[in-house]
Amino acid sequence: MSLIYNEEQRMLLDTAQEFFAERSPVSALRALRDGGNAQGFETALWNEMTELGWTAIPFPESLGGLEFGYKGMGAVFEAAGRQLSASPLLSSIVLCGSILEQGGSEAQQNEWLSALIAGSKRLALAVDEGARHNPEQISLSATRTDNGFELNGDKVMVVDGLGSDGWIVAARTLESPASATVKASATGKEGISLFIVPAGTQGVCVTRQSLIDSRNTARLSLKQVELAPDCLIGELDQGKALLDAALDRGRVCIAAELQGACEQLFQTTLDYLRTRVQFDAPIGSFQALQHRAAWAFVELELARSSLMAALHAIDSNDEQAPQLVSLAKWKVGQMADRISNEAVQMHGGIGVTDELDVGLYFKRIRVLQALLGDSDYHLSRAAPTVDAA
Amino acid sequence: MSSLETFRTQTRAWLEANCPASLRGPAAAGELVWGGSRIEFDNEDQRLWFERMRDRNWFCPAWPEAYGGGGLAPEEVAVLEQELKRLRCRPPQINLGIWMLGPVLLEYGTEEQKQRLLTPMTRGEVRWCQGFSEPNAGSDLANIRTTARDQGDHFVVDGSKIWTSYGDQSDWMYALVRTDNSGSKQAGISLLVLDMHAEGVQARPIDLISGKSSFCEVFFDSVKVSKDNLIGPLNGGWTLAKKLLQHERSAMSKFGEFSLPTHFDLMAILRDYLPVAKTASEVVLEARAQACALDEQAYNLTVQRMGEAARAGQDVGGIASIMKLVHTEQEKTKFEILVDAMGHRALGWDGDEFSSQELAISKAWLMSYTQTIAGGSSEVQLNVIAKRVLQLPDASKGGAK
Repeated sequence: MSLIYNEEQRMLLDTAQEFFAERSPVSALRALRDGGNAQGFETALWNEMTELGWTAIPFPESLGGLEFGYKGMGAVFEAAGRQLSASPLLSSIVLCGSILEQGGSEAQQNEWLSALIAGSKRLALAVDEGARHNPEQISLSATRTDNGFELNGDKVMVVDGLGSDGWIVAARTLESPASATVKASATGKEGISLFIVPAGTQGVCVTRQSLIDSRNTARLSLKQVELAPDCLIGELDQGKALLDAALDRGRVCIAAELQGACEQLFQTTLDYLRTRVQFDAPIGSFQALQHRAAWAFVELELARSSLMAALHAIDSNDEQAPQLVSLAKWKVGQMADRISNEAVQMHGGIGVTDELDVGLYFKRIRVLQALLGDSDYHLSRAAPTVDAA
Repeated sequence: MSSLETFRTQTRAWLEANCPASLRGPAAAGELVWGGSRIEFDNEDQRLWFERMRDRNWFCPAWPEAYGGGGLAPEEVAVLEQELKRLRCRPPQINLGIWMLGPVLLEYGTEEQKQRLLTPMTRGEVRWCQGFSEPNAGSDLANIRTTARDQGDHFVVDGSKIWTSYGDQSDWMYALVRTDNSGSKQAGISLLVLDMHAEGVQARPIDLISGKSSFCEVFFDSVKVSKDNLIGPLNGGWTLAKKLLQHERSAMSKFGEFSLPTHFDLMAILRDYLPVAKTASEVVLEARAQACALDEQAYNLTVQRMGEAARAGQDVGGIASIMKLVHTEQEKTKFEILVDAMGHRALGWDGDEFSSQELAISKAWLMSYTQTIAGGSSEVQLNVIAKRVLQLPDASKGGAK
């Protein structure tokens, strides 16, 4: 197992950090927010990222990719996290790109994947339906019709869902939920299928969910949406494995973004502890604060190890990957809660003002924490249970 | 073939032929041999391995031949260590003298001291213990009060040391003593070695909340120590002590490498004590245990990452500083969860009423409290992280009044 970046990955990390610091510092996010930009990212920045080849990183050369792996993706997400830089890299490349790479037909790959890598189109993944992430409880339905499929139901927390060229929608395709449960336990397949829904399809309504991080998040309402048979990705009823693999890639990239954001926020907090003077002393000389800062550092290091193990597991097709990804999302999430809370508290009054960037980090961190499973979700998924034999 | 490769081939062949098969792989508690005048072997293999390594001068392979060392070049030592590791050979003896005092003596000792003190170490004839902590000098080590008074041709030592591991079984001690009270606390400390069999020295084992322990209290009542036992300059002991403590970390890791960890599988044990029908509080207990198990996994990955980073030539000072703190605090948390789940089954002291595992868990739980105190308490570890790694300002320099 390799838990550190190699020379090439480290170079990519350095390049990406310089790029985002120059092209998309935190002030860029502030400008997007204040300008009311619903797309949530700058098209020009996205084009430059595409030109740099970052959209091709995880894919095989046969599909126009660079085969640079998820350690490479992790490096880019970390760097973006440091500056809170916004782009559709997660939604379009990591989540939808993975599904098309692993399960798309040749026609689907030709039509969509090349365009996603080229940045000329983008897709968004629609999974969540309830208040908390739970891909085991999908109820948006897809039923067979004479001409293909009809989809009905709502999706929420669709990342970059506004203005996309289409969505990949996870739907239930078994007749009744009751038989689905029986079949699930019998075959291990859960009657979930994945569909490409092109933008402009009749019956699709997309509205903005305006969240605290000012990004592009959408609600997708599907009413009697008719889809042609070739919109189905992979085999009918067999979409869950495809979905899970893509979700794990997304989760590990979210963990990398969180790690980057938290390392930056922690540095900012340490700078403040060294310079802010109260009671005639820098507040960082007070042991109560020193020990809390030291514990935060401990958490950063433990989270970093978990993150690297998960990136490595994805790249090496380790069968332990789901467990290690959930360990990473759990541990990084725990760390992120601590770092973001301490950052606000240690900055004191200024820490709760909008003027300071600390608040922007705090809000983005909390959204990332919830995205594709919070700490509770991943604790249950990663940890052994008492019941297990 | 390069000379180094020749050395590797010869070393491998020699180890294959000379390291008894029974001494390859980790040792259970009490299975390691401690060198010294009262050395004891549990079996013939242990004696053979000890004598063969001793006669090859490989107790201290890197030390100069003049003091009984192996005289190997650093790259040869590295090869020897790799080959020992490859065969999973246990160390032929455990000896704090070699691992901790030895390197400091090589750097600061006089020629006479090196001859007199290092040579018996390389023969495994002397068992050393460490006399640092005192009742009033724990985390604040510079606060030591054991004095060495200058009496012309010798010192007279009075006072006491505490938490001296195996003080009752050791031959010699290296100790920090106060030789001056006029300046700062740190400036009046000297490093002295002394004979534990000398008149006026008394070592007494300490019983802990967990029962018998290897820790001792050592008392000095007008102990005469000749002046050639002062290591380094008079009042220059604090610098040497810091050097010694750096070696402590690598010595402890060597020790850990060869000891079988006493591992209790948290989830497996909980299975036996948590009933199937779950109340809300039992669900909470299970979640605590799950988080604890995952934290342990994150810690193990961090150990692995530190090793990789060190091999890649990266600075691992930051990661290294968290390891003792994290491991000992996690262990304490783990035993707390076990005890909560096991109820009175974890509160047994002895007798047939409790299973051997239950009694072992009770002892290990109570022992876990010593781990966050010994070898630099958790609070000291946090201070070190805050000051050295995070570079937070010092309170004494323009800090809080």
